[in-house]
Amino acid sequence: MENFNIFIRSIFVDNMIFAYFLGMCSFLAVSKNVKTALGLGVAVTFMLVITLPINYLLETYVLKAGALTWLGPEYADVDLSFLSLIMFIAVIASMTQLVEMAVEKYSPALYASLGIFLPLIAVNCAILGGSLFMQQRDFGSVWTAVCAGGGWGLGWLLAITAIAAIRERLAQYSNIPRPLRGIGITFILTALMGIAFMSFLGIKI
Amino acid sequence: MAEKINNKSVLLNPFSKNNPVIVQVLGICSVLAVTAKLEPAIVMGVSVIAVLAFSNVIISLLRNTIPTSIRIIVQLVVVAGLVVIVDQLLKAYAYDASKQLSVFIGLIITNCILMGRLEAFAMGNKPWPSFLDGVGNGAGYAIILVIVGFFRELLGSGTLLGYPVIGKWAYDAGYVNNGLMILPPMALIVVACIIWVHRSRNKELQED
Repeated sequence: MENFNIFIRSIFVDNMIFAYFLGMCSFLAVSKNVKTALGLGVAVTFMLVITLPINYLLETYVLKAGALTWLGPEYADVDLSFLSLIMFIAVIASMTQLVEMAVEKYSPALYASLGIFLPLIAVNCAILGGSLFMQQRDFGSVWTAVCAGGGWGLGWLLAITAIAAIRERLAQYSNIPRPLRGIGITFILTALMGIAFMSFLGIKI
Repeated sequence: MAEKINNKSVLLNPFSKNNPVIVQVLGICSVLAVTAKLEPAIVMGVSVIAVLAFSNVIISLLRNTIPTSIRIIVQLVVVAGLVVIVDQLLKAYAYDASKQLSVFIGLIITNCILMGRLEAFAMGNKPWPSFLDGVGNGAGYAIILVIVGFFRELLGSGTLLGYPVIGKWAYDAGYVNNGLMILPPMALIVVACIIWVHRSRNKELQED
């Protein structure tokens, strides 16, 4: 039940884009039409679900203060947490590479649709941000990490698809002041949606 | 890339014509998240200048030895190493600021400005122009951070760097701080306004 709560919270209340503004670069660059936006959203969700549990295990059994006690009592006061940034980004970069190779081998159709987005993801701050939030919040178990990862990913997917849909229509139907066209109006749209998403604050399940 | 690179334009272009934030639209995440107050915005700006300048130099020195297929991982490791140094320095000497910035110092690693400059400039240029390019782009980024932070703190809390600047007489006359400015979405609106002003002065940047 608690995991379900975290899952729902991660989608709406702690939405990566509208609450934390993480992953904005690819969000702004790839939200011109719904189809590519959906592809990138799926790829981001996929990577969050994979990397969050791995980084959680890494954090609990290697990096946290006293995490190495399973090696022997003399390791009880080793604190490797200053290495966490490098470890997390290494996991993310290598997982991206690995997933790219696996997808290319076993599912060429999926690779053709996701292909160009996968390398982009290593530098998507939503992925690293997910791991860093996980570290800050002391999740109870691996499953919580999986649920939070899935929720953050779906929230990101939701956000980018919604903005892409609005931008598609906007290009046809509205008369925007010239200097605001393109990126400017997207900023304002995102801000308005962010304000709308704030209404989810304080919801408890 | 032209044979002769004009060092001065490399340093100065990112301030306006080629600003990383409002023209290239890179590194937006942190612009929005750390600018509710002026002080963390300045700390963040300085950290990014330092990391960007030095990672540009290091990658530029290594540029002929890095195999192309693994260059992204090499770049990430160099940047991550520098970010860890900055993170530990801030924890030691500016603990309050580092608490306020929370995960966003760590997120400098995935700041697209870094990867963008490393890929586009440092991989193909000598160390000294790369250093200038890093400083220029970092400063272009920091300027936007400071402008956004200035307006959000002034209008949202009525203070600058923590000191009250709006007199008591203004509050007595019915002036109220705009609480909306502290909320993250308003950073987007402020950046959009900066883009608006900037593009109406530089017509060649406008999109159709």
